[in-house]
Order: sequence, then structure tokens, then C-alpha cells
Amino acid sequence: MAIPDEEYILKTTSACAGCPSSLILRYVTKAAGPDTVLVIPACCTSVIQGVYPTTAMNIPVYNVAFASAAAVGSGMSEAFRACGKKTNVICYAGDGGTVDIGIQALSGALERGNDFLYVCYDNEAYSNTGMQRSGATPFAARTTTTPAGKQDLKKDLDAIVAAHNPVYQATACAAYPVDLYNKVVKALSMPGPKFMHVLAPCPPGWRFPSEETIEMGKLAVKSGMWVLWERDHGKLAITGASKAAMVKRIPVADYLTRQGRFKGITEEQIAEIQAAIDRSIGCLQKEVESEC
Amino acid sequence: MSAKLAISRPAEGAAGKTGTWRTFRPVVDREACNECGLCRQYCPDAAIDENLDIDLDYCKGCGICAKECPKKAITMVREED
Ligand SMILES: Cc1ncc(C[n+]2csc(CCOP(=O)(O)OP(=O)(O)O)c2C)c(N)n1
Ligand code: SF4
Ligand code: SF4
Ligand code: SF4
Ligand SMILES: [Mg+2]
Repeated sequence: MAIPDEEYILKTTSACAGCPSSLILRYVTKAAGPDTVLVIPACCTSVIQGVYPTTAMNIPVYNVAFASAAAVGSGMSEAFRACGKKTNVICYAGDGGTVDIGIQALSGALERGNDFLYVCYDNEAYSNTGMQRSGATPFAARTTTTPAGKQDLKKDLDAIVAAHNPVYQATACAAYPVDLYNKVVKALSMPGPKFMHVLAPCPPGWRFPSEETIEMGKLAVKSGMWVLWERDHGKLAITGASKAAMVKRIPVADYLTRQGRFKGITEEQIAEIQAAIDRSIGCLQKEVESEC
Repeated sequence: MSAKLAISRPAEGAAGKTGTWRTFRPVVDREACNECGLCRQYCPDAAIDENLDIDLDYCKGCGICAKECPKKAITMVREED
């Protein structure tokens, strides 16, 4: 699929140099096109849009309260459909606004079956307010509220969403914009609730230099720490660069030790994370092969 | 009753000329470039146009384009003063 030249974010937002959310949003909006409304709860993306009364966003954006994105998006979509309009409604939210604060609104909207797409860009912390731990922060990562490393595991958001049986569900990563673009196009071609979870390596939050955003995303995928897949009406398929990673992976230490947030991680913790990756890839492989 | 809504209108430069943020600027060696377009694909701020020209009024100097260029055709050069 040829990616359109049109940009829907005018030069430029106030996002940090090397921001993964800006890159993800470029491709989400390219895939969606001009007949689209974004619903954005409190997160980096709500503050980077520009300074009132101007905005870098060249499509309509509705900035809403933290917990409400999916409720607003599903209601807005119902209103558009009632008026006979096909306008895409896309909720674009951070991990904090999704796995923690917006989870009940998301669950309700998915269950009601409204026609909208929810995109969670996951930078694995409450970044806009200074990198506090979220439910999506991985085990052993240091944040401003877990200075010795997080003791708990990353919440399995995708399993929670899958339990709602949305028509389409996918993961993606900022380092693979073509895979991301194709999945957004596919999601928006289907009526009903769609969900995408996009890994967003964040230079200041994860503590790596701004030029390494793409490299960090690639290391996440090549190590199997992040897997690119889609579930089309429940049927799982591994996509893009993750096909190779199902068979052969780089050691997860090569990903972890490149980031300041994992400074001080122990050999035992690395082994624990490696074992968890190998286990979950094994489960995905079984799901791909199964007939159910 | 008419409520006044806080609505922002789209405009270039809504967050200012972010080119002033740079400490390093990307300089492209056109001889070495094979026009693959990867720099343009990966630029988070869409500061590289279809002719592969970089808009230095807005380029934030993140360095992603230089890092990802398969031909090593982009060098990050320190800004003066
Ligand atoms: C009800 C409420 N609580 C707290 C905040 C403050 N707040 C604004 S953005 C943000 C962090 C959001 O984190 P996430 O959803 O992960 O998005 P990110 O900033 O990482 O892009 C917080 C805590 C708020 N705006 N509203
Ligand atoms: S903190 Fe991270 S996600 Fe937020 S604007 Fe900066 S780079 Fe982007
Ligand atoms: S990535 Fe390098 S080779 Fe490719 S178009 Fe950009 S400057 Fe040219
Ligand atoms: S340095 Fe960053 S912002 Fe500037 S053109 Fe390269 S990728 Fe874009
Ligand atoms: Mg976040």
C-alpha cells in the first residue's frame, strides 16, 4: 500500500525531539485521512498540539478528561452514524490513560460494540507529568515513583482487550511505520470496535539519546520484548519483523542495557524477563497454530 | 445561551519555530544519498519534504534521520554559538 504524502500535523508540535508519539500519530492520521476526528485524553499528545489559539493538528481534535476517551469516542461515533456520516473516530491515548485510568470506559465501549478505533501509544509511563510508573511500566524499570525498579509485572492490556472480542485488534511499534499504517487502514475498513496497542520508545522517559527512537523499537521487536501481530475477528497472525523473531531472537539484555531506566538491573532479573519472553512467544506460536 | 468554546485553529508554527531547539543540524551529502526516503519516513516531525529537503525552521535536530540513513549520507553538525 502506498503511503500518502499528505501530513495532518503541521510543522511542528512541541513534542520532544525524537518523540515516538509524533511519529505514530503521523502514520495513524495518514491512514485515516481527512474525514477523521481524534479524541485525546490527558497525555503528552494533548499538550504538544500547540499554544491556544493555534494548533498543529490539521484535523479536528477533541481534548477530553483523562478517564473518558473511549466513552466520548463511542458516543461521538454513534452520533455520526445517526446522521449518516462515515467520519472515522479515533481515540488516541497514552498507556496511563488506557491501562489504568481509562480502562472501564474502554471496556464499556468495546462491549457496546460501537464503531470506533482506539489507539494506545505505550511509552510505558506517565510521561507528560514526569515519568511516573503506570500499569504498563515493565518489571525492573526505574521511574520517578519506582526509583529502585518496578517490582510488579507489566499489565497484560492486550489480554484484557482480547476478552472483549473486538472485530480487529493489533499491536504495532513506532519503528515500523509501514506495518502501523497498514494495520490502521485495515482496522478502519471494518465496522465495530477496533483496538491497537503501539509501542512508543520515549527518549527522555526510557533514558536513551533522541536519535535512537527507531533503533530502540527495532531492538524491542528483535528481542521479542514486543511482538507485532493482529487478531482479525479473533484469528491471530504474526506480522512483519516479528515473524523472524518468533524463530530467532537477540538476547533481551541487548535491549534492556541500552536504556537508562534499566540501570542497575540484576542478572537474575534479566534472566526472569528472558524466560517470560520465551514463554509468551511459545504461547503465541501455539495460538497461531491452533484451529480454534 | 451561547457558551464560548476554547477552539484552536490549525496553523504552521503553532508551537513556535522549533528549529531554535537544535544543538546539532542534519547536513545531507547529496552525492552519497540514494533517495531511498527512509529519513523522510522516520522523521517524527515531518520536517523532510518530498524532495528530501530538510526544513531547518522546524527540524528539532533529533538525529534520527542521520542514524537511520543506510548510506550514512547525513551528518549531524554542531550549530554555531
Ligand atoms: C484526572 C487527571 N489526573 C491527572 C492528570 C495529570 N496528567 C496529565 S497527563 C498525565 C500522564 C498521562 O500518562 P499517559 O496516559 O501514559 O500518557 P503520556 O503522558 O505518557 O503520553 C497525567 C498524570 C490529569 N490531567 N487529569
Ligand atoms: S515525553 Fe516521550 S512521548 Fe512525551 S513528548 Fe517527550 S518523547 Fe514524546
Ligand atoms: S535515508 Fe539517506 S540515502 Fe535515504 S533518502 Fe535519506 S539521505 Fe538519502
Ligand atoms: S534531525 Fe530529526 S527532526 Fe531534524 S530532519 Fe532529522 S529526523 Fe527530522
Ligand atoms: Mg505514557
